[in-house]
Amino acid sequence: MSTVSHEPVKAPAAVRGRAAPSMRATVAALLRKELLIELRTLESVPGMSLFAVTIFVVFHFALNQNSLAGNEAAGVLWVTLLLGAMLGVNRLFVADSDQGGFDAFMLAPVNRSALLLAKASALALYLLVLELVAVPAFALLLAGASLGHAFPTLLAVLALADAGVAVIGTLVAAIAVRTRARDLLGPLLALPLLIPVVIGSARASAPLFGAQGSSGRWLLMLALYDLVFGLISYAVFDFLLED
Amino acid sequence: MAPNTAQKPAEADAACERAGSPAIELDGLQRRYGERVALNALSLSLEAGQTLVVFGPNGAGKTTLLRLLATLLRPHAGSARVLGAELPARAHAVRGRIGLLAHEPLLYRELSPRENLLFHARLHGVQATRVQDMLERVGLSGRAEEPLRNLSRGMVQRVAIARAVLHDPELLLLDEPRANLDPAASELVEPLIGRDCGRTRVLSSHDPLGGLQEADVVLGLRGGRPVLLANVASVDPEQIRELYR
Repeated sequence: MSTVSHEPVKAPAAVRGRAAPSMRATVAALLRKELLIELRTLESVPGMSLFAVTIFVVFHFALNQNSLAGNEAAGVLWVTLLLGAMLGVNRLFVADSDQGGFDAFMLAPVNRSALLLAKASALALYLLVLELVAVPAFALLLAGASLGHAFPTLLAVLALADAGVAVIGTLVAAIAVRTRARDLLGPLLALPLLIPVVIGSARASAPLFGAQGSSGRWLLMLALYDLVFGLISYAVFDFLLED
Repeated sequence: MAPNTAQKPAEADAACERAGSPAIELDGLQRRYGERVALNALSLSLEAGQTLVVFGPNGAGKTTLLRLLATLLRPHAGSARVLGAELPARAHAVRGRIGLLAHEPLLYRELSPRENLLFHARLHGVQATRVQDMLERVGLSGRAEEPLRNLSRGMVQRVAIARAVLHDPELLLLDEPRANLDPAASELVEPLIGRDCGRTRVLSSHDPLGGLQEADVVLGLRGGRPVLLANVASVDPEQIRELYR
């Protein structure tokens, strides 16, 4: 091998002595990028919201009823929200996969779990917007009674369900995006894993639409599901990103 | 009193990585995609500050080699030591010390050059002031706010070069770095990725004369196997052309 003399290059001041960014800074950078891209492209949230409203309209005419109550109302609401969420799950890693964002992230000296936290936070925000559109639409098209009295409990159910969908959705999207059949594989993997979320959310919301029973234990079940699957996702996410 | 040689493992590793070992040491490196062997039996050593230029026809294994060195792929056999760290076990120790310029720019089309570089600066713990400096050095401060999708391929390549050196990496991995660059742009980025940039470089090229001018060590690949490995002084351009026949 030849020996070549190279003068050592002085690192620029902006780079010299830099430390690896903290988990918080990494999550903030990733989340900021995620939201910026969604604001520019509007590829996920408008589609999710329009899809949910369309499904409510279809139910409205297909069931030939102006109002639903009890388990039927809760079931229609949560199945629709879950299917709407699937559109966001399918798009979650597409820009990263298609434009090399995965590789760029893998080259950075950062904690890889930051990607899970940032993507799950982004998905949770998308779900929040979806629900801001879909829940009033549901109230207008299919829920006979006013939902005003049920607002605090409904908020708790939505928050716990969103956390579960966001974590599992991110985990599944990270797996699916690396396959050729990503649009199919995402829902095929996510929906079975999210059945406990649908059951818990629907049962917890059914009393708000006039069904017998209480929401308490189903909220507890949702919280437990979020905790268990949150920890599992945190533990395995690093390995999903590996070659 | 005997010197205290007992170091904590992390300190010992760090000391080892700082020591004057070669920047890259490969021994019998192999990588497969399913049954297909993309890179096989590759052994070489590259000193810090040297440039290895990799030649070979399409599918010869050049990009696979660069991705292995970048820690994006795991070797399936053999050993790889990059910047003193054994791969893949200590890959985390060298991430952030490597700059990769791949075929894809690794940039988001909907974000502007400034937004893309700020994003990468945050991921690498680099101060934001460096972004403006890099935009000026690649001649794009005037187009820094436009979405990347509005820029020409050559401009995008310049942003990608700025991204690759933004964190002042010790090792540069360059996959056909001058693709899409006109002569003026090529000259502009020379201080960042050229021979005198002061970094260890591994670059792939299809240009025998241009590639040899950049090289200290030449590697020729064909079908994933090394068929030429020599000091540049002993390589004739005709040997490179022969690789493509």
